[in-house]
Amino acid sequence: MPVQYYIFLSIALFCIGVMGVLMRRNAIIIFMCVELMLNAVNLLLVAFSKMWADAGRVDAGGAQIFVFFIMVVAAAEVAAGLAIIVMVYRNSQSVDINIMNRLKN
Amino acid sequence: MGMSLQQIVFGVLSIISIISALGVILSKNPVTSVLCLIVTFFTIAGHYIMLNAQFLAVVHIIVYAGAIMVLFLFVIMLMNLNAEIEPQKRNWLKYAGAISGGALLLVLLGALREADVTPLQPGSTDIGLISNLGKTLFSQYVVPFEVSSILFLSAMVGAVVIGKREA
Repeated sequence: MPVQYYIFLSIALFCIGVMGVLMRRNAIIIFMCVELMLNAVNLLLVAFSKMWADAGRVDAGGAQIFVFFIMVVAAAEVAAGLAIIVMVYRNSQSVDINIMNRLKN
Repeated sequence: MGMSLQQIVFGVLSIISIISALGVILSKNPVTSVLCLIVTFFTIAGHYIMLNAQFLAVVHIIVYAGAIMVLFLFVIMLMNLNAEIEPQKRNWLKYAGAISGGALLLVLLGALREADVTPLQPGSTDIGLISNLGKTLFSQYVVPFEVSSILFLSAMVGAVVIGKREA
């Protein structure tokens, strides 16, 4: 099976995530779309890991370790980011990102 | 030319994951978005199993569907956001976002359409098994592993400090 299929699937998922970040204004949905983009990249890394393992590389498992660390960082990021979103909601009763532009003044 | 079983499974999983990913960004209700994203994560875990990354598939389900999405759902329920509160005043922004995302999709597809990569073999490899990954993780990558524990500690402290109600 060609690796291109996985490349195309990852591109589609990544671009759906980009569209979500650009189109939506709910901060939680935007955060979820960032997670979707991270997962598209993870899927591509795993596909390339399989490709190199098929080619006989013994260190192809390193890509899966890399995906593991991306998941670790994503979990830490969600913990901090959701705390920030809860704080924004507590201060302004809304998670609309357009109210966050007061930082620029 | 008949399709192999692998290609059929790949096609079904891909269609489900793309449709549910579209559901994440198109649904009005945030709770529906979370549920669609959970479906997407499960299909991605299926792809991991297809790619001989069994350990990653299990970790993916535990971390994403089990922890992260529950946290999202918890926050949404806590803030009582399941009503539609997103007033779209500027509709052109939505179209601009869709067009830019679609343009990025086209550029990436065009750039990588004829990428010269070797196809995947249908046989299985054992690099994704937990014994091999564990040996690699605790010998070659033990320093990043320890650093990530410090990252988790600081994220935990940061979340508590940010979320603390000011006295």
